[in-house]
Amino acid sequence: MAALPTRHTKLTIDLVHHLTWFESCAVEEDVFLFYAKSGHADSSQLRISNPRQWAWETAGGSSAITVVLTSPFCKVGYLVYVQRMAFIEAHNLVKHYVPRGAPLVRALDGLSLSVPQATVTALLGPNGAGKTTAVKVLTTLIKPDSGTATINGMDVARQGDQIRRVIGVSGQYAAVDENLTGFENLDMVGRLYHLGAKTSRIRAKELIDLFELTEAQNRPVKGFSGGMRRRIDLAAALVINPQVLFLDEPTTGLDPRSRLGLWDIILRLVDQGTTVLLTTQYLEEADRLADDIAVIDQGKVIAQGTSDELKSSIGGQRVEISLVSDADSDQALAILRSVGSAAPEISSDRRTLSVTVDNGPSALRSVMARVEEQGIRLHDAGMQRPTLDDVFLRLTGHSASPTAKVETAS
Amino acid sequence: MSVDVPGASSWLSDGWVTTRRNVIKIKRVPDILVFTTLQPIMFVLLFSYVYAGSIDIPGSDYKEFIMAGIFAQTVVFGSTYSGSAMAQDLKEGIIDRFRTLPMSPSAVLIGRTNGDLLINALSMIVMILTGLAVGWRIRSSVVEALAAVALLLLFAYAFSWVMAFIGMSVRSPEVINNVSFLVLFPLTFISNAFVPTENLPTPLRVFAEYNPVSALVQAARELFGNVPPGTPVPDTWTQQNPVLTILIGIVVLLAIFVPLCVRKFARISSR
Repeated sequence: MAALPTRHTKLTIDLVHHLTWFESCAVEEDVFLFYAKSGHADSSQLRISNPRQWAWETAGGSSAITVVLTSPFCKVGYLVYVQRMAFIEAHNLVKHYVPRGAPLVRALDGLSLSVPQATVTALLGPNGAGKTTAVKVLTTLIKPDSGTATINGMDVARQGDQIRRVIGVSGQYAAVDENLTGFENLDMVGRLYHLGAKTSRIRAKELIDLFELTEAQNRPVKGFSGGMRRRIDLAAALVINPQVLFLDEPTTGLDPRSRLGLWDIILRLVDQGTTVLLTTQYLEEADRLADDIAVIDQGKVIAQGTSDELKSSIGGQRVEISLVSDADSDQALAILRSVGSAAPEISSDRRTLSVTVDNGPSALRSVMARVEEQGIRLHDAGMQRPTLDDVFLRLTGHSASPTAKVETAS
Repeated sequence: MSVDVPGASSWLSDGWVTTRRNVIKIKRVPDILVFTTLQPIMFVLLFSYVYAGSIDIPGSDYKEFIMAGIFAQTVVFGSTYSGSAMAQDLKEGIIDRFRTLPMSPSAVLIGRTNGDLLINALSMIVMILTGLAVGWRIRSSVVEALAAVALLLLFAYAFSWVMAFIGMSVRSPEVINNVSFLVLFPLTFISNAFVPTENLPTPLRVFAEYNPVSALVQAARELFGNVPPGTPVPDTWTQQNPVLTILIGIVVLLAIFVPLCVRKFARISSR
């Protein structure tokens, strides 16, 4: 690995979204050199989206950007992929259902999506948003009524056979044979991927160990707990090292420890170049795992970006203070009004106040200074960033969390 | 890890993998084995001891008469597993797993119908042994007897594809089970399986004479040599030419339902 000159400023770049910034790319041993088009070298526009694989460095003010490989798995090929196209691409997918005796359901209503190679993209949305239908279309299980989708350039409607050789799928419900043992299930899947008997057995054994099912491997799945079934199903999706891994609500039904374990496995695969599309109702999962989040509601992607991008898209940070006495509330409100970019909000007990600000740290400093000056006593003061739930609420008008969904649905 | 490009023969190897799956299932689910071995034994014993004294077959013994009927009924019921099993696979979502694998789209169906074939073959062995023990005799040649067994198994195999199609369309294993009993009991009982058709009331007699189960029973009876010389055969083409009727039936069922099933399978998805 080439040593970096220390004067280089670390910068962040979203390689895929901003690829068009670069005029050309050169490779020198382990270092990629990108030459930005004129007008796009402004360092404030550059941002790391996938620091696990690439550390980006650039000479301040220069239009050359140096990329240093931080992972032995990262080879020239990946950049070639990235330059070519997004790995999963969906354009205007429409899928309607007509349930018996019920009005038409627009499961997908013009869904468009782009998932870069070797990244995790989360489809985030409530039940019934169309996440599973989207996964079914992309995994060749159902054909869309209209629209197109490609996996690595292969059309899901016409090149299903080729696509099925490179994808791994784990659906919402554990799709395993109850009468087979854990080992037999994985062995069967290996053989159906045409790995051959020997490789299938070896791979099944590896996965059994990886998913900590060694003790249960020779028992029929029928006797497995929900979490164990889930793990066998996930293991089945990894029998080949898939180029694309589809996970439909992968951690539903997993205990917190298995959940962390699965996240770990997913991130390791991504390091090795696997592209992951997962669906989730859990904001935490999307926040933690996904490079990119596509917020999906009523069959459409209504926003796509990194967690940070989505959060900043609905306004910057908030400064929040909580008062010891509500007698100070008018004074405090005036202070917040003076630093805020919108009208401050106050809780019903008039002791918790908050305001949206453009520059969090400096606003907090000036609020603290004036609070001190005026002798207002505080329990707490701090900066808050919007949560993904705020994002969701703002974008869709309803909350993303499953419990809240039940309430709004009733 | 590289994935081989499946050749044109992948349905054969994939079909073998899915057949193994169903064989393991037969071993692990005791109900299936009990149903496929004990029930035929029970039928053979009940019919040969309870009814044998009361039903008079001219020129023959009721035990000889009844065996082909029990064979036919058992293998036809044995084919219904494919229906409920396909519905069950859909319900459990494993069809989605198979459909996202680079396997031949006919393999799951091949494995499933092979499973039925195996169950039926087991049942046939058990029934033949029980039959021989209670006094049933094969009065033809070994070749003809083997032809009878093959015909029964092949017809049931073709019928498994029909049931697999129904299973994928109806999607509920419980409904499949109930409906197949509702349809197949009359179909097997309003036939020449357990009584000669000539004594039935006219509407039932007409139904029984054209009933494909009657043709299957008649074909098996003839091939086992259990039709005494001089026994009147109903004057319908299917009863006069039962072996040919069943052979045509097998070809027609397979020609229609194999492609239908494969087409259906390539489109279905759980939930």
